[in-house]
Amino acid sequence: MAVGKSIIRKEAWDKVTGRAKYTNDFKEQGMLHAKLVTSPYAHARIISIETHEALAAPGVRAVLTGKGLPLTGEDMRDRPPIAADKVRYYGEVVAVVVADTLVQAEQAARLIRIVYEPLPAVGSPREALKEGAPLLHEELDRYERNKTTYPEPGTNIAHRTKIRKGDIKQGFAESDVIIETSVSFAPSDHVAMETRCATAEIWPDGSIHISASSQSPFMIKRLIHTYFGEEAGKIVVHTPLVGGAYGGKAPVQLELLAYLATKAVGGRKVSVWNNRECDMVTSPVHIGLEATVKIGATKDGVFKAMEIVFLFDGGAYSDKAIDVSRAAAVDCTGPYHVEHVWCDSLCVYTNRPYATPFRSFGHCEQSFAVERAIDELAKVLQLDPWDVRRKNAIRPGHTTPTQVRLTKSNVGDMPACLDRLRELMRWDEWQRIELDAYTVRAKGISGGWKTSTIDTDSSSGVILTFNSDGSVNVISGVVEIGTGTKTVLAQIVAERLKMNVDDVHVKMDIDTQTTPEHWKTVASRGTFMAGRAALAAANDAIRQLKEIAACVLRVTPDDLEVGFGRVFLRDDPAIFIPVKDIAYGYKFPNGNAIGGQVIGRGHYILRRLTPLDPETGAGKPGPEWGVCAEGVEVEFNRRDYTYRIVKAYAVIDAGKVLNPKAALGQAMGAMSMGLSFASREGFLFDEAQRVLNPQLRTYRPIHFGEHPTYIVEFIETPQIDAPYGARGIGEHGLLGMPAALANALSLAAGVPLNELPLVPELIWRKQKGDSYGSL
Amino acid sequence: MEETTKCELVLHINGEQRTVITRQAETLLFVLRDELGLTGTKPGCLNGDCGACTVLVNGTPIKSCMMLAIETVGKEITTIEGLRDTPIQHAFVRHFAFQCGYCTPGFIMNIHALIEQHPNADQSTIQEWLQSNICRCTSYQEIEAAVKEALQAKKTDIQPSHNRISRV
Amino acid sequence: MVPFEFAYYRPQSIAEAVAMFIELEQKGKRPLYYGGGTEIITLSRLGLVSTAAVIDMKAIPECRVLDADSDPLVLGAALSLTELVEANPFPLLTKAAKEVADRTARNQITLGGNLCGQIFYRETALALLVAEADIVIAGPNGVRQSRINDLFHQHLQLSRGEFVVQIKVRRFAVELPHFHHKRRKQGEIGYPLVTIAALKKDETIHAAFSGVCPFPFRSAKVEAHLNDRRRPATERIQAAVNAFPRPILHDIEGSADYRLFVAAQLLEDALRELGETI
Ligand SMILES: Cc1cc2nc3c(=O)[nH]c(=O)nc-3n(C[C@H](O)[C@H](O)[C@H](O)COP(=O)(O)OP(=O)(O)OC[C@H]3O[C@@H](n4cnc5c(N)ncnc54)[C@H](O)[C@@H]3O)c2cc1C
Ligand code: FES
Ligand code: FES
Repeated sequence: MAVGKSIIRKEAWDKVTGRAKYTNDFKEQGMLHAKLVTSPYAHARIISIETHEALAAPGVRAVLTGKGLPLTGEDMRDRPPIAADKVRYYGEVVAVVVADTLVQAEQAARLIRIVYEPLPAVGSPREALKEGAPLLHEELDRYERNKTTYPEPGTNIAHRTKIRKGDIKQGFAESDVIIETSVSFAPSDHVAMETRCATAEIWPDGSIHISASSQSPFMIKRLIHTYFGEEAGKIVVHTPLVGGAYGGKAPVQLELLAYLATKAVGGRKVSVWNNRECDMVTSPVHIGLEATVKIGATKDGVFKAMEIVFLFDGGAYSDKAIDVSRAAAVDCTGPYHVEHVWCDSLCVYTNRPYATPFRSFGHCEQSFAVERAIDELAKVLQLDPWDVRRKNAIRPGHTTPTQVRLTKSNVGDMPACLDRLRELMRWDEWQRIELDAYTVRAKGISGGWKTSTIDTDSSSGVILTFNSDGSVNVISGVVEIGTGTKTVLAQIVAERLKMNVDDVHVKMDIDTQTTPEHWKTVASRGTFMAGRAALAAANDAIRQLKEIAACVLRVTPDDLEVGFGRVFLRDDPAIFIPVKDIAYGYKFPNGNAIGGQVIGRGHYILRRLTPLDPETGAGKPGPEWGVCAEGVEVEFNRRDYTYRIVKAYAVIDAGKVLNPKAALGQAMGAMSMGLSFASREGFLFDEAQRVLNPQLRTYRPIHFGEHPTYIVEFIETPQIDAPYGARGIGEHGLLGMPAALANALSLAAGVPLNELPLVPELIWRKQKGDSYGSL
Repeated sequence: MEETTKCELVLHINGEQRTVITRQAETLLFVLRDELGLTGTKPGCLNGDCGACTVLVNGTPIKSCMMLAIETVGKEITTIEGLRDTPIQHAFVRHFAFQCGYCTPGFIMNIHALIEQHPNADQSTIQEWLQSNICRCTSYQEIEAAVKEALQAKKTDIQPSHNRISRV
Repeated sequence: MVPFEFAYYRPQSIAEAVAMFIELEQKGKRPLYYGGGTEIITLSRLGLVSTAAVIDMKAIPECRVLDADSDPLVLGAALSLTELVEANPFPLLTKAAKEVADRTARNQITLGGNLCGQIFYRETALALLVAEADIVIAGPNGVRQSRINDLFHQHLQLSRGEFVVQIKVRRFAVELPHFHHKRRKQGEIGYPLVTIAALKKDETIHAAFSGVCPFPFRSAKVEAHLNDRRRPATERIQAAVNAFPRPILHDIEGSADYRLFVAAQLLEDALRELGETI
């Protein structure tokens, strides 16, 4: 009925007519505006902050500084919401000016005088780990943290994840060849088109009302309770449509500032809205990485051992970067069976903007490292890189790096993805051809897999209410960030209730007071968790409908079916009652009534997940591993080092495609983001670790016309316990893109390209034999 | 010469006359959004780089973050709220040419003008025009398909069906 | 968003504009002439421009002239780059204009603004420098006309209160064989790594550059090397590159040595396209 069809997203017409509203579109008379004053230094002691002049400026209502605020952070509380004693990254908030208008706030912000004493800045994980490197957090041993975070006081290591599977020594001893590859890239940005925004207001009854462009409205509520001791029940978070997120709106940052600001002005509503520059550097960014991968293999290319070191550039504060570094470790080998695995994944402090999840959550980063190494291994062994991947492809019965045994349900079909990719790309015809003296075409591929490492007790709830016409409203805590998940939930509900999806309405906005909780809209878990909750709610509603109908029809509920707007007798559908006649209870002809509004409720909690063992990493981090095989074809000019991405391919095991066009859109959008990241994005820093390109003028994501042709196919290996078998697909398109592009260009240019972004200058330098990064 | 920096402006927006009192230094983007409640026009960078704020001024796409409202006196301004049932809106819906929808008003305004001014636009013209807007969610391939369909619809003058079909 | 106040003026004539400027200047308003306003607005936001008054040139008829049939052809300084591209009176200028910013921005960016802006690429200047265009300037001392090559040294040397009214390009220059190429760090949108505009007049190559140095330039020394036909093309190019003014840009778009590499290649393309034997 509804599942498997390209249902147009429910909010489509709002979005093409300008009706769709995002956080900053809710304007209110009398609302105050905040301007963030940020640090021009990446590392400095704050000697003094002079705010008198600003406070006296027209329209100014308050100036906030960092004194006396609690430390914040999800895994480890190392970050003051406003810097107090020192700043640790360029762009860090040092003061917040609140004024009647944005212009007044901006004008006053320029009147604040801050004296800094610059400190030496740490620029990359390797630098941060050097003996004698300046320490970012002298008090690392004293920070409050959760049980699964292991900082190393006296160093810049915020967290280390260890994976020990098999016996790495034995693995290398059994290998015919061992290759080692190092890769690196600097932090970059999510660049959601909607910059982050939060408003906050305290009502006379003490309730705190926050609106936020966020993937985590429920987490905002929880954290404001934790950090500031506010009663959870009095915190109400509203999230309307979100204009792109990609992981970047999962952390909680501006919301804390909005809360502090409204407190400072007696509860008046205050809006904190990032300009693009702040959105890029002040708010959390996409993590950087330096990694080394050592692979041991037999001469036929069978992997024996992998030793991997990930040094993640977590930036100045650990926040969600710890999680990202853990997620990469959990799936460190990629979708391949490796008996002996040793991995240390470090979340390292540097004086750079702090990091947070980026679509794929550590996995495009992981695969860039490992898939580059696999191509290098294939080159050394003179084997076809596709063959090497196919030979080692992960399958049911194998174990993951954290020693989870895979089943037909909890892992997708990697061999099938690779096989289909090979056909689509016409891999066997050629992998590199020279079209003329300068023009070379080349293909590169990458595998990818991902599980979602999320809190082991994450849950999701759904409420279905019925309207008097028999139509249904779906209320779920999933934020509509563009993924169309709410429409998919409507499809799931329509399918289960056997009704027209047009009669299933969805509530787009989130209001934590009336919307059941959904942990966070991240990790491609919306469809799975909320979908399961939606099914449970539909079942609950069916039970209620049958109960009322059973009374009316004088039959037992067991003999009834719900569908097509009716509740009917299974063996004689001519005996039925329309749903609309009982959706609000049933009134007998004599006026007696039974039942009441049908309200279905359902929830889902992840089951049997466990934290990782601190010494070996053994544990079950996520419910399921989605897999994919991806490729890129480039046309490279050997004279001037420019190139064009001609085609990009992805074969993804979707489990079950619930909405084909939406799924394609998710896959292609993710691929575009991956190619953009790999080919042109990344922050550029000067020696003092100031970001030099925090603007879309100089940080240029892919534009129209620079895009290749996208070719996407889905394999369907159902995940048994997921709604209709569907696996998460929102991120997989991105997973293999950086690696596939780098593999294609390395082949085209004839030189290993292990850094991102892959701009022509980098290739030119590599071919000359220079190291990159002269700036 | 007059000293005050606030002024009263009479603007022609979406076929209506609207009067606002605003700063002379105010950009069209902020006047539309903050003074007139036309929040369909989106801020993305305030720097001319993203195209989210695109509106039409006398039929020409303009980044409203880089134009003063006062400059538009006497001109016809069209914002996304002024477009109804245009071929490009239908094509966007049919082709899933947006996800989060934040870049969408800017894209649609730009493409609407393209179709009006160049009904026979070829690939290079389409590309030249659409390079002005950034979309972070889609792959642009969906947008390209929508533009081509809308151009076709304009050419063959097929009226798009007005009922909002929910299946493809 | 402009985080300070200014008054907006829209004079209808050159004389009115100049008179306004003088008056506002006397009142300490530090007025700015205003073309498309794109740079004034965006740099204001970043605190890099401030003024208490802007004088919009777009209602001055002379600044809006586009006379493509006369000799010289006349281009008003307040024409938008899109208007220039669509009318295409001077193909080399069209090519240069078409590569600046993006289409929607070009609907606003004016020729005068691009020539006089702080953002130092000023790419349309290249076409005018190689074509040896004339530039009409108005100011407190009246209206004058000069060869752009005499006035453009890194940027247009205008005195306080002067503005560009028009550009005049002699007909023969419009028809000369020419070359234009803009190479960016990556992709098709963005500031230049190197932009070259060149044309060939009486067997002599004129070439101008943007992106190589923190200012656009045309250099007699560079051209002397390029036109030194006694030497093989590769040597001419190398000598020309060595003669580039200093400093060579070394920034987020690209390093100095890479820019020189790109410039040399583009020069090779230019020579080839202009019929030199390579
Ligand atoms: C998104 C974007 C991308 C860009 N990309 C490029 C690029 O790729 N290449 C490039 O070369 N440039 C680029 N620029 C720079 C742009 O060309 C300049 O900023 C130009 O000044 C804008 O023209 P305008 O008419 O809007 O100028 P305005 O903002 O009106 O004025 C800019 C300056 O020029 C002065 N001025 C304007 N007109 C005159 C005149 N007739 N006589 C004297 N002075 C005058 C003003 O007083 C002011 O100081 C880009 C700008 C933007 C906004
Ligand atoms: S907001 Fe105007 S171009 Fe980005
Ligand atoms: S649809 Fe989200 S940015 Fe285009």
